[in-house]
Amino acid sequence: MDIVLNVWRQEGPGIPGRMERHDVKGVSPDMSFLEMLDQVNEGLIREGREPIAFEHDCREGICGTCSMMIAGAAHGPKKGVTACQLHMRTFVDGDTVSVEPWRAAAFPVIRDLVVDREALDRIVAAGGFVSVNAGSAPDGNAVPIPKEVVDVAMDAASCIGCGACVAACPNASAMLFTSAKVAHLNRLPQGTPEWARRVRGMVEQMDKEGFGACTNHYECMEACPKEIPVKFIAEMNRAYTKATLAAERQGGDEAGYG
Amino acid sequence: MALNLDAKVPAGPLAQKWEKRKFDLKLVNPANKRKFRVIVVGTGLAGGSAAATLAELGYHVDCFTFHDSPRRAHSIAAQGGINGAKNYQNDGDSVFRLFYDTVKGGDFRAREANVHRLAEVSTAIIDHCVAQGVPFAREYGGTLANRSFGGAQVSRTFYARGQTGQQLLLGAYQALERQIGAGAVTMHSRLEMLDVVVEGGRARGIVTRHLLTGKIETWAGDAVVLATGGYSNVYFLSTNAKACNVTATWRAHRRGAGFANPCFNQIHPTGIPASSEHSSKTTLMSESLRNDGRVWVPKAAGERRAAGQIPNEERDYYLERRYPTFGNLVPRDVASRAAKAVCDEGRGVGPGGRGVYLDFRDAIERVGRDQIRQRYGNLFDMYANITGDDPYAVPMKIYPAPHYSMGGLWVDYDLMSTVPGLFVIGEANFSDHGANRLGASALMQGLADGYFILPYTIGGYLATVGNNTVKPDAAAFAQVAKEAEDRTKRLLSVNGKRSPDAFHIELGKLMWDECGMSRNRAGLERALARIPEIREAFWKDVRVLGSGDRLNQNLEKAGRIADFLEFAELLALDALTREESCGGHFREEHKTPDGEALRNDKDFQHVSVWEWQGEGKQSSLQKEPLVFETVHPATRSYK
Repeated sequence: MDIVLNVWRQEGPGIPGRMERHDVKGVSPDMSFLEMLDQVNEGLIREGREPIAFEHDCREGICGTCSMMIAGAAHGPKKGVTACQLHMRTFVDGDTVSVEPWRAAAFPVIRDLVVDREALDRIVAAGGFVSVNAGSAPDGNAVPIPKEVVDVAMDAASCIGCGACVAACPNASAMLFTSAKVAHLNRLPQGTPEWARRVRGMVEQMDKEGFGACTNHYECMEACPKEIPVKFIAEMNRAYTKATLAAERQGGDEAGYG
Repeated sequence: MALNLDAKVPAGPLAQKWEKRKFDLKLVNPANKRKFRVIVVGTGLAGGSAAATLAELGYHVDCFTFHDSPRRAHSIAAQGGINGAKNYQNDGDSVFRLFYDTVKGGDFRAREANVHRLAEVSTAIIDHCVAQGVPFAREYGGTLANRSFGGAQVSRTFYARGQTGQQLLLGAYQALERQIGAGAVTMHSRLEMLDVVVEGGRARGIVTRHLLTGKIETWAGDAVVLATGGYSNVYFLSTNAKACNVTATWRAHRRGAGFANPCFNQIHPTGIPASSEHSSKTTLMSESLRNDGRVWVPKAAGERRAAGQIPNEERDYYLERRYPTFGNLVPRDVASRAAKAVCDEGRGVGPGGRGVYLDFRDAIERVGRDQIRQRYGNLFDMYANITGDDPYAVPMKIYPAPHYSMGGLWVDYDLMSTVPGLFVIGEANFSDHGANRLGASALMQGLADGYFILPYTIGGYLATVGNNTVKPDAAAFAQVAKEAEDRTKRLLSVNGKRSPDAFHIELGKLMWDECGMSRNRAGLERALARIPEIREAFWKDVRVLGSGDRLNQNLEKAGRIADFLEFAELLALDALTREESCGGHFREEHKTPDGEALRNDKDFQHVSVWEWQGEGKQSSLQKEPLVFETVHPATRSYK
């Protein structure tokens, strides 16, 4: 099949970009979207033109590296998959498809479709962990955890840190990303002792990075390749309020979670 | 010059060696630890866990990744699980049994003492990961769940749905971010290591290229830790992530680190076959699927009917037939070769006849579709998404794919390479899996090295060399940096006609055909003649557009391919000189009458360690004999 691609080209940070048209012939429906881009790039190299820069790595939907707006949607029109797992059979012969980088103030464009997402790491560094040093753990079965609790923790923990939630949100909010980590760790007994520090630290860092607030559009959940639900945002808001009040009242993290 | 291949295994009974070593190692005074700088390259399970743990101990760590974030490394894609000798299932598991299974599974080509230590610390890994909040699967009673994996008859594999690697890596990443936040780790992302600086007989630092600015920089430290993964991408199509490469270990090899057993690579039996020449990788389907899926091909060659139309009596469940004891759970090397054998007989299915069925029909009948969805839901979805087939209704089609490197830089018992001060951990070293790795053992080894072994042994080294007694020589750093810069400039100046990928694809096909699942002398000699030709063509005709002072992904790629083009020759040479079949290395000249691998313990019970001799010269082969004090090497039988 044949496809028309309109791709964002931008030479570097702060340099004006533009959409560039590519007529892509002989696309196999079994190709992934990125394999189609590989083919476009091979053609560009043949013509002596610089290939389109885009990020990718595992190409099996788990590393969270690939990141692009395809046909106006983060990771493309198919629900629950990353760009690397989007296959050309999703499109039909003659389609025109636009490809753009994530757009968010906190994700500056580096080149073409590549953006800087290190702000997400800084949110994790602000509390997205359990403070336990190697060597100090009790036996793995010492604390039983109900299966239902772990199952929900796993739903939240399946976030791949791609940033699609931010790209899809009209406010460029990172609430889904942040709340998924808060929800994962705060509901486990191992994460409870520092629940209040965690949620306050992460939310404050999120604000500092320039991500917007949540105004309940739910676009993040639609775009999330792991289909993480927005209920975690509600949970985080509640925890944040409670943690802030607890801090005001007691000056510490003594309040129990839940 | 001969390499020093003294493994420094402690004396005494096997089960007490690690205790003894831990006691014998010199300690660094807690107040002095922060004066040491340790360089850690790579942030997968091994590098991430090591950097975090070293920082917890009080060392200052400079940690490097070429990704945008330390959470992206390919450990993240491991699906099935992690072994731990907990015996929670009360089914007869023990540290000794995990040790034994691993040595046997590796076809008696691993160092006993290392493997025993791995089995010992496996239990602490599970405890630590639980404490970090890794959401391992649990039973209704709240205890940890286990599943079975290939090569074992006990249930010792811990898992988090089909995303175990992701969850363990996020555990290590979060521990690392905690240390970054605390200022104990300086994280350098988007920096690619291009060389090691060896000076005064010790590793003193590294040279990196900033992938966004092209800036070449040098970094000095008191020790360098490589945790840079394996080299399966030498085959172009593999289950590895696209950026996985051999550059860090290969460059270290050229600076004096012995390369051990490069021909030991694992071809995983359950990859999704490449659909066309545009395929850029082969995606793995977890081995855990073989717990419930049955592997078969039609009995008749040239069968044209759809799988569902073929009655039971016309199906050949060849693993169950050939290996009645282990059945579908034979180790990976055995399963891969058996798949190749039936396809070579013309009984393969799918495009080009290079595939076999992995069928869940009977399991769905037995336990129901819901149970199967609970166990493997995400894997089934992934398969359906890639192939367009519904595996609940029709069997999966699978075929072996390059997956894991058992070979790697040689390390002693302390995980130090032949270059003093250069430590190598995780898949990048050669140590624990012999000639074949058992399923769910890669995650175990990466975390064992990073959380519980290296943090002790590196202390012994640092305590011995002392801190900052000799300042590294700036000229040595400048020289290595200049060489790296010149290589980059050279790549940009060739200005030929073919893209870097075109060379990579050509190399990969050659390696797969001549040095893949099954090898013979003639094919290996063909490869050894052809590789230098491709390499020469590469340096004459590669086209790397753009400049070196900004993000240039083709330049990065070309540099990695250039190193693969050197490394591939060593892989083929190692395969040629190892005149036996063992584990993942199968030489057609050495097999039993019924086609099983035939080991030669008399001549090859050793680690083959290669020393770089300089450009254009053949590397020299040296040997570390393997001594088995506890396990008696036997013919590995899964029948």
